[in-house]
Amino acid sequence: MATNVSASTRAQSSSFPTMVLIAGWLVPGAGHLMLRKWIRGTLLAVSIFAMFTIGLALKGKIYTPNTGDLLDILNFAGDLGNGILYVLARIFDLGQAAVQVATADYGTKFIVVAGLLNIISAVDAHSLATGRKRS
Amino acid sequence: MTISHFGAVILFSLFTSVVFGITQRSDPRMMIRFGAFCFVLFVGGTIAASWVMWLIKH
Repeated sequence: MATNVSASTRAQSSSFPTMVLIAGWLVPGAGHLMLRKWIRGTLLAVSIFAMFTIGLALKGKIYTPNTGDLLDILNFAGDLGNGILYVLARIFDLGQAAVQVATADYGTKFIVVAGLLNIISAVDAHSLATGRKRS
Repeated sequence: MTISHFGAVILFSLFTSVVFGITQRSDPRMMIRFGAFCFVLFVGGTIAASWVMWLIKH
């Protein structure tokens, strides 16, 4: 009985950091919110969501999966870091297919950097869940 | 939406510094200090680079 309890606890604790990582990637700030870091999670969510939204408002480009230019592939990887925001942008056809005005390039960079920051925050939440980061 | 170059720098620096501050430090007080440090470095670095480009052009 005690062995079963400790085994299930270990299984739960080993899968929890992975769940935190995936949740943090899919929804900005969700990883920290799952760890009851309310202020940090909210600040991260607001920052990443704001960067992504401003990027769209500046007519930034949303990259699609491609095998063309290396920079296009890297930008797509950055966009993918936005998780559900990227999926929603693709579903509702937000963003531009090509940069048409000068400030739209800023928008494109805002969207890519929002994705990269989201990956950093998801990894940070994972480190908190595993105990690698103190608090 | 239209935005000035400096406005874009401020917004970019602000949001990036918030994320850097939270993720790169453990203590809340150090988070604020590091976030402020990053913000100053982003904005200051951009202004310095702008002046360098102006000097090169002139």
